[in-house]
Amino acid sequence: MAELEVFRHDVRSWLSENCPKSMREPVKGFEDFYSGGRDPEIVNPDQKVWCDRMAKRGWTVPHWPEKYGGGGLSSEEVNVLQQEMHAIGARRPLDSFGISMLGPAMLEFATEEQKLEHLPPICRGEIRWCQGYSEPNAGSDLASLQTKAEDNGDHFLINGQKIWTSYADQCDWIFCLVRTDSSGTKHEGISFVLFDMHQPGVTVRPIKLISGSSPFCETYFDNARAEKRNLVGETGKGWTIAKYLLTYERAMISGFGTVQGKSLGDSAISAFGKDHSGRISNGILRQTIAQYQLDAMAFSATMSRVGEEVTAGQGLGAASSIFKYYGTELNKRRNELNLAVGGESALGWEGQAYNEGIVARDWLRSKGNSIEGGTSEVQLNIVAKRVLGLPSE
Amino acid sequence: MTLVLNEEQVMLRDAASGFLSEKATLSHLRAMRDSDGDLPYSTDVWLEMVEMGWAGIAIDEVHGGLGYGFKGLGILLEQTGRHLSASPLHSAISISATLIDKLGSEAQKAEMLNKISGGSFLATLGLQESEVHKPASICTKAEKTPGGFCLTGSKVMVMDLHACTQIIVIARTSGNSEDCSGLTAFMVSNEADGISTERTPMVDSRNYGRIKLLNVEVQDSAVLGEVDTAWDGLSATLDIANIGLAAELLGLSEEAFQRTVKYLQERKQFGNFIGSFQGLQHRAAEIFAELELCRSLVLKALHAIDQGSDELPLLASATKAKLCEVAQRATNEAIQMHGGIGMTDDYEIGFFIKRARVLQHIFGDYNYHLDRYALLSGF
Ligand SMILES: Cc1cc2nc3c(=O)[nH]c(=O)nc-3n(C[C@H](O)[C@H](O)[C@H](O)COP(=O)(O)OP(=O)(O)OC[C@H]3O[C@@H](n4cnc5c(N)ncnc54)[C@H](O)[C@@H]3O)c2cc1C
Repeated sequence: MAELEVFRHDVRSWLSENCPKSMREPVKGFEDFYSGGRDPEIVNPDQKVWCDRMAKRGWTVPHWPEKYGGGGLSSEEVNVLQQEMHAIGARRPLDSFGISMLGPAMLEFATEEQKLEHLPPICRGEIRWCQGYSEPNAGSDLASLQTKAEDNGDHFLINGQKIWTSYADQCDWIFCLVRTDSSGTKHEGISFVLFDMHQPGVTVRPIKLISGSSPFCETYFDNARAEKRNLVGETGKGWTIAKYLLTYERAMISGFGTVQGKSLGDSAISAFGKDHSGRISNGILRQTIAQYQLDAMAFSATMSRVGEEVTAGQGLGAASSIFKYYGTELNKRRNELNLAVGGESALGWEGQAYNEGIVARDWLRSKGNSIEGGTSEVQLNIVAKRVLGLPSE
Repeated sequence: MTLVLNEEQVMLRDAASGFLSEKATLSHLRAMRDSDGDLPYSTDVWLEMVEMGWAGIAIDEVHGGLGYGFKGLGILLEQTGRHLSASPLHSAISISATLIDKLGSEAQKAEMLNKISGGSFLATLGLQESEVHKPASICTKAEKTPGGFCLTGSKVMVMDLHACTQIIVIARTSGNSEDCSGLTAFMVSNEADGISTERTPMVDSRNYGRIKLLNVEVQDSAVLGEVDTAWDGLSATLDIANIGLAAELLGLSEEAFQRTVKYLQERKQFGNFIGSFQGLQHRAAEIFAELELCRSLVLKALHAIDQGSDELPLLASATKAKLCEVAQRATNEAIQMHGGIGMTDDYEIGFFIKRARVLQHIFGDYNYHLDRYALLSGF
């Protein structure tokens, strides 16, 4: 216990010296997270300063082993670090698919050389990764993907198309699902490869979202090259890795369900007024807010419970399979309420008065939460089949 | 660890489930219902529960209890929900013992709680006076007499009335009918002069009762605690009681849901198991998700009771509201997904929906508690 307190003290004073002022303010919307990369788009120079300082201590990914660029911290120490960051409102220094998705999968399936080569640059925010899973004809039915990888000696030649590839235009490398064999069932013959996006055989075309931003792309491969040493796992055995990675992606996305902004109740009282008993004067809206808030509280409690179950060695409980579904549906409900409570001010698209349309843009972006990483319907299929054991037709 | 059971608690749960699945099952409840008996549960089975320490599970050791806390009691109540076991665990333990603990003088606590733990004393609460839960709306009057009080009024929905020897009557000693202040709790014998009781079986096949009090004379010593100040203790007791009701609703809903999932796996139509139809799969998966949230809330609320948390009123209303919502959905879907057989009395699934609605009603339903939750949240 005492050691942990020494650690806490250390963390606190280090943070107070090293966390730039502007990094102690909440991120402004979805696109204000820092994700690093070879040539990152820098909104505010403090982002890079903050990331570099944290990376030096391994604290961009505090729970990974030190030899891979992490902090090597125990889960208690990670908790302390998070608490201390939270206390001063410090942002996470680095948010990336490398940290939330590729890293966990590599730690489980990659060789030591592969880990040593690829993980440290992720921790330092030097290489930014994108996810090449979906194709025009392989969305929910991901395993039917057709992008081909042809054996060409020490490397594969990749041909085909990916779509909805988030940040492909800003990323340096891609972790990509490719078909190395089409003779068996659709789940067989899929391989998990890593390759550089900066090469002649790769073309990306940004696609504009309903929220106005262009975070994802169409990605074309025309004889793109992937070195064989960058094949993770065995040839044709990529589906297991792909699914493992998806559980991390879903956990990350479901976290959106627990984001806490200003209380909707307070905002609704300022907008609609209250009656003599202190109730929001519009009873219908009040009920919807109460239902949302209650479910959000129950959802957070469920996240905590499952966390405790894991710590207690009871394994990842059945509850975890509902996180992606429930968390994203909750986030959509919250965003709809933001609109209902904000009224005119929430519908603005541009201009200072509307904070450049942040409420409306976040609301629109939230619609994607129940699509990306596997749709809500797909999550319900998984719960029905794998958890409840309901039969297939 | 706050939201997972420790080893001792897991043992308690398994032991309770084993015992109830043998001694106090749905068939026992059905037999009791069909025999038209007067008692709401089997006295023999209750005595065995007492023997296992269940009566005093949440009562502190000083007063003869086990001191397992409300998490322990919650575990038992959840199991009684699974098996639809009848017992006075709500009326006498979760409610009356808690109220005595909150309001009673040291002497009253020493006397009554010890007896309750030992199973020799059962009391029930007389609170509700109209169709719905309005805890401060008390018209039953207690007028001061030399050396005591004289009570006149009426109560409905008194749980297990015919098994309890004492009724804790909440009466007005001052103020107007909606005031929180001016309420007093009286220990009244159910054989006192001027009291008349009527057995009112409810849709869940348990026993409840109505009471009429006409100039019932009690002594000053019948006052539980102090005159005029019952509200805070009553309110805290209702929070705890509602979490107990929610725990039973959790067990009941999960059991009804599991039986339904089993049916989906077995019943065939159109040449397929009905559980292969996605229209049913998604509805089942959604209920599964909701039940997981319910479990977290019940555990969080039980933990809050044992911690003496300031958030208890808010958590109690949150938990009761959520459990009412989900129990209603789970039991409705249970009938629907069973089709015609779900409508028959011979089949057991109908017992769950009936018990659920009564538990939902007692001490405030979804509408009451969602409203209170919002108020306590500041809107
Ligand atoms: C914001 C955003 C970012 C994304 N980022 C990436 C990325 O970085 N990399 C990447 O590879 N992909 C990415 N995706 C793609 C995403 O994974 C797919 O959009 C998703 O898997 C759904 O596939 P689809 O779009 O082809 O829809 P479809 O699969 O065609 O689905 C259409 C509708 O049919 C329903 N449906 C499909 N199958 C079933 C079924 N069996 N039962 C019931 N309903 C069904 C779906 O639920 C949906 O409602 C992103 C998507 C979004 C929205």
